[in-house]
Amino acid sequence: MEEAAASPILSVRGLHVRFRTGQGVLHAVKGIDLDVSAGETVAIVGESGSGKSQTVMALMGLLAANGWAQGSARYRGEELIGLPPAALNRYRGSKITMIFQEPMSSLDPLYRIGDQIALPLITHGGLSRRQAQARAVDLLRLVRIPDPERRLASYPHELSGGQRQRVMIAMALANRPDILIADEPTTALDVTVQARILELLAELKHRLGMAIVFITHDLGIVRRFAERTYVMKDGEVVESGATPALFAAPQHPYTRRLIEAEPRGRKTPPPPGAPVVLDAKDIRVRFELRSGLFGRARHEIRAVDDVDLDIRAGETVGVVGESGSGKSTLGRAILRLVPAAGLVRFEDRNLTPLDPRAMRPIRKHLQLVFQDPFGSLSPRMTVGEIVTEGLLVHQPALTGRERDKRAAQALEEVRLDPSSRNRFPHEFSGGQRQRIAIARALILRPKLVVLDEPTSALDRSVQSEIVELLRELQQEHGLAYLFISHDLAVVRALSDRILVMKEGRVVERGTTAEIFTQPREVYTRELMAAAFLSSTARSHLTRRVRSACGGNRPDHPAE
Amino acid sequence: MAEAAALPTTEAVLGRSLWADAKARLFRNRAAVASMVVLAAIAIACLFGPLLTTHAYDRVHQDYVRTPPSLFAYPQPDQIRPAAERVAARMRARAEAIAVEGDALRLTLTAQRPIDERLLAFFDRSDLFGPARVIERAEEGRRLAVEVPVERRYFLFGTDANGRDLLTRTLIAGRVSLAIGFLATAVSITIGVVYGAVSGYLGGRVDLLMMRLVDILYALPFIFFVIMLVVFFGRNFVLMFIAVGAVEWLDMARIVRGQTLSIKRQEYVQAAEALGVTTSGILRRHIIPNTLGPVIVYMTLLVPKVILLESFLSFLGLGVQEPMTSWGVLISDGAKNIQGAAYMLIFPSLFLVATLFALNFIGDGLRDALDPKDR
Repeated sequence: MEEAAASPILSVRGLHVRFRTGQGVLHAVKGIDLDVSAGETVAIVGESGSGKSQTVMALMGLLAANGWAQGSARYRGEELIGLPPAALNRYRGSKITMIFQEPMSSLDPLYRIGDQIALPLITHGGLSRRQAQARAVDLLRLVRIPDPERRLASYPHELSGGQRQRVMIAMALANRPDILIADEPTTALDVTVQARILELLAELKHRLGMAIVFITHDLGIVRRFAERTYVMKDGEVVESGATPALFAAPQHPYTRRLIEAEPRGRKTPPPPGAPVVLDAKDIRVRFELRSGLFGRARHEIRAVDDVDLDIRAGETVGVVGESGSGKSTLGRAILRLVPAAGLVRFEDRNLTPLDPRAMRPIRKHLQLVFQDPFGSLSPRMTVGEIVTEGLLVHQPALTGRERDKRAAQALEEVRLDPSSRNRFPHEFSGGQRQRIAIARALILRPKLVVLDEPTSALDRSVQSEIVELLRELQQEHGLAYLFISHDLAVVRALSDRILVMKEGRVVERGTTAEIFTQPREVYTRELMAAAFLSSTARSHLTRRVRSACGGNRPDHPAE
Repeated sequence: MAEAAALPTTEAVLGRSLWADAKARLFRNRAAVASMVVLAAIAIACLFGPLLTTHAYDRVHQDYVRTPPSLFAYPQPDQIRPAAERVAARMRARAEAIAVEGDALRLTLTAQRPIDERLLAFFDRSDLFGPARVIERAEEGRRLAVEVPVERRYFLFGTDANGRDLLTRTLIAGRVSLAIGFLATAVSITIGVVYGAVSGYLGGRVDLLMMRLVDILYALPFIFFVIMLVVFFGRNFVLMFIAVGAVEWLDMARIVRGQTLSIKRQEYVQAAEALGVTTSGILRRHIIPNTLGPVIVYMTLLVPKVILLESFLSFLGLGVQEPMTSWGVLISDGAKNIQGAAYMLIFPSLFLVATLFALNFIGDGLRDALDPKDR
C-alpha cells in the first residue's frame, strides 16, 4: 500500500461547482482539494446532497447543462477543468473512466453486450472488429462473467443486476485506465452481490494497478475498502485522512455522527401473552406469465410459497432476503393487496373470503409504509391532504376543520412542524417525506403496519432517526410491525423475530438473537457475512464470505 | 405527545404547488406570454368587437358589394355624385347642382312632370344616404331642391360578395370558431380523461373491452361519419360539437390510459388502496390530477386541430350555415373570390393563423413549464 507521499496523478485544488436554478445560484461544491495517487483507493463519503457526485461529474465534464465548474483539477499535470469536450475525450473513457450506480440504465437495452464493449475499443483503441471481440471476451473473463463467449451475444435485460455492473466495470477497464471512478457502484445491488462486486474491484485494483475513487454513503464499504477517505458535507470536505486513523479518531463532529449513525439499540420485547393481531397460514402468491392475446399460462412464478406468519400486538417481525425473494409480495399478500391463496386472520376475523369492498372498513387497522419516500406521496396534494386521506374514507363525518386539526396532530406525532401541512411533498427532504408517510399510516390508529423497506432510500443518520421514531410510536400505540428489509443492521435494531426468505420460501425463522448469533442456514450466514463484513473483524469475515460464496462464483448460478 | 392540541390552531404555511411552479416557469417564457396576450386580444375582440363595428353581421349593403378595405369612410367623394344620379334616375328625374357640404348633400331634381315626393324614399333605401328633406319646391313640383344627409360607413376589412361588413363577420366568425374549438375540446377532454383513466386503472378485461371500442371508433372514417350525422339529423350547430367531440376524445383516452398505467404502479396509488380509498376516490384524487400535465399540453394542440376541422367541414358545406359564419366559411368564400377581392381571404386567414400560432406557442410553453426536465 503506497501512501499519499507519491506524487498524485490526479490533484484537485479549489474546485467549485455551481448550478443556475430557478431559485438563484446553487453552490454545490465549495472549493475542495483532493489528491489521488497511482494505485490508491480513495473514498469520498457523504450523505445525499453533500456534493460528492458533482465533484467527480465536474472532473469528467459531465455536469448538467445549467452547472459549471471553477478551480483546478490536474491529471498528470494536465488541466481538466475548462477543457473542451473533444480534448477531454483523450482522458475521459480511456485514462479516467467511470461506473455508475444504476446498472439497469447505464447499458443501452438495444445493443448486445459484446457490441457495447467493443465499440469504444474500435473507435478509441483503433482495434479491428475481430480484435475488439477477442478483447471483449478477455474483459468479461477478467470481471468473472461465466461463459463470456456466449454472453457477448446477450442483451442487457438477460443479465442480472450484478452481472450488468460487472459488464459496466469491464467497459470501464477496456482502455486500461489509471483512475476508475465508481459512483455508488453497489448501492442498487443486494448485499451478497455487493460483497462480490467489491471483492472484484479490490482484486482488479491490485492486478491492474489503477487508482479507484470510490463515492459512497456507506461507511462500511469505506472502512473495508479505501486507503484514504474524504468526508464531505454541504459541498465542503470536513475531514480527510488515512481510513483507519479517521475511523479510530474522527476529529470533526460530522464524521463522528456519521460513524455513530449505525442504528443502535434493541427492541424491548412485547409483554408475554399479548394478543395475536394477525395470523397467516400457507400464504401463496403466484404470477402467471402469459404469452399472446389469448395465450395460456405458460410459466408460473411462485413469488410467495407456503409462508406461515403470526404477529402479536407490540411485536415486530422482520422479513429479510434479497430482491426477488418475495418479501414485499408477502407484505402485500397479508394486507390482501395482491391476490393470494391461504388463510389470513386479523384478530378474530377471517379475511380470506372478503372481496375488496368488504375489506375497505378493515383497512383502517392494516397499514402500509413504502420504501420510496418520493414515489409514495402524491405530488399534487398538500401534505395535510395526504395525511388525512384515510380519514376521508373511514371517518367521512369529520369536517374540513377537524381534519386539518388531525393533520396537525399527526405531523406533530412524527416530529414534523405542523404548520407545514399546506406544503407540497417536493418541498421536503427524504427523511421528512418518510415521516409524512408514517403519519398517513398512523392517523387511522392501525393495529398492524407493514413497513416495506422504509429506511432503505435514506441516509444513515436519517435512517437511525426513523428507526427511533418507529420504536417510540410502537411503544406508544402498541403497534404490531411487519418489517421488510434487506438491511440487517436496521432489522436487528427493530425486530423481535425474523423470517429469512429466499425464492418465495422461508428458509429460516427465529428470534433476532438466534438468527444473528447462530444462523443455521448457509444462506442466512451468507447474508450476515455480506452485511456485516465491514463493522468487525474484517479479515476473518472476508475469509468467511470467500468460503461462503465460493470465490469466483457467478452472481446467479441458476442463469 | 398526541395530545399536543395547543398547536394545531397555528396558521399553516402555504406551500408552492407544482402547478404554481409551472405557472412561474410559463410566465418566464416570452413566446408563450406574447401568445397568451394575442389570444386574449383576439378573444376579447371577437366577444365585444361586433358591438362596436356599427354593422350587423348579416346586414346586406347592396351598394357596397365587394368594397375593398379602407381606413376612410364610405362613400368616398367620387362615389357620391354617380350614386345621387342613380337615385335621381330611379325617380325619373335629373340631378343638377349637386354639392356636398360636410355630411349633407344638396341637389336639385328636375323632371318633365311633377315629382312624387314619396319617391324620395329611394335616397333612404340607398346605403349611402339618409332620409331626404325638401328645402324648396318650384315649377309646380317639377323642380325640387333637396337636402340629403350622407351616411358615412367604415369598412375596415371591406365587404363580401353580398355587401356585408367583413370586419363584423370575421369577429362573429371568431366567436363561432373559438367556441367550437374550446367547447368541443373541453367535451372531448372530459370524456377522454374519464374514459382513459377508468380503462387504465381497472385494467384487465374491462381495459381490453374499453380500448377495443376505441379502436372500432377509430376505424370509422371521419367524413363519412359526419355526412351520416348530417343525413340523419340535418345541418345543425350542435352537431358539430358532437361530431368533433366524438372523434377527438379517442386520442385523449389513449394518452390518459397510457399515463394511468404508469401512475397506477406508483406507490402513492398503492398507499391509497391500502387506506381503503374507493376506486372513484383514487381516480379523482390521485390518478386524474397527475395525468393533467400532458392533457393540458394536448389540449392546446387540440383546440387548433378542432378549429381546423370545423373550417374543413364548413369548407365542404357540412358545417355552420349562412348567415352565421365561421373562419372556415369565410376562408372558403375568400378562396372563391381570390381574383379581384383577395382581402376576403386575407383577413379571416390572418385571424385563424394568429390564433393557431398563439395556441401552439402556448402549448410548447406549457409543455416546457410542466416538464422542465425534458427541455
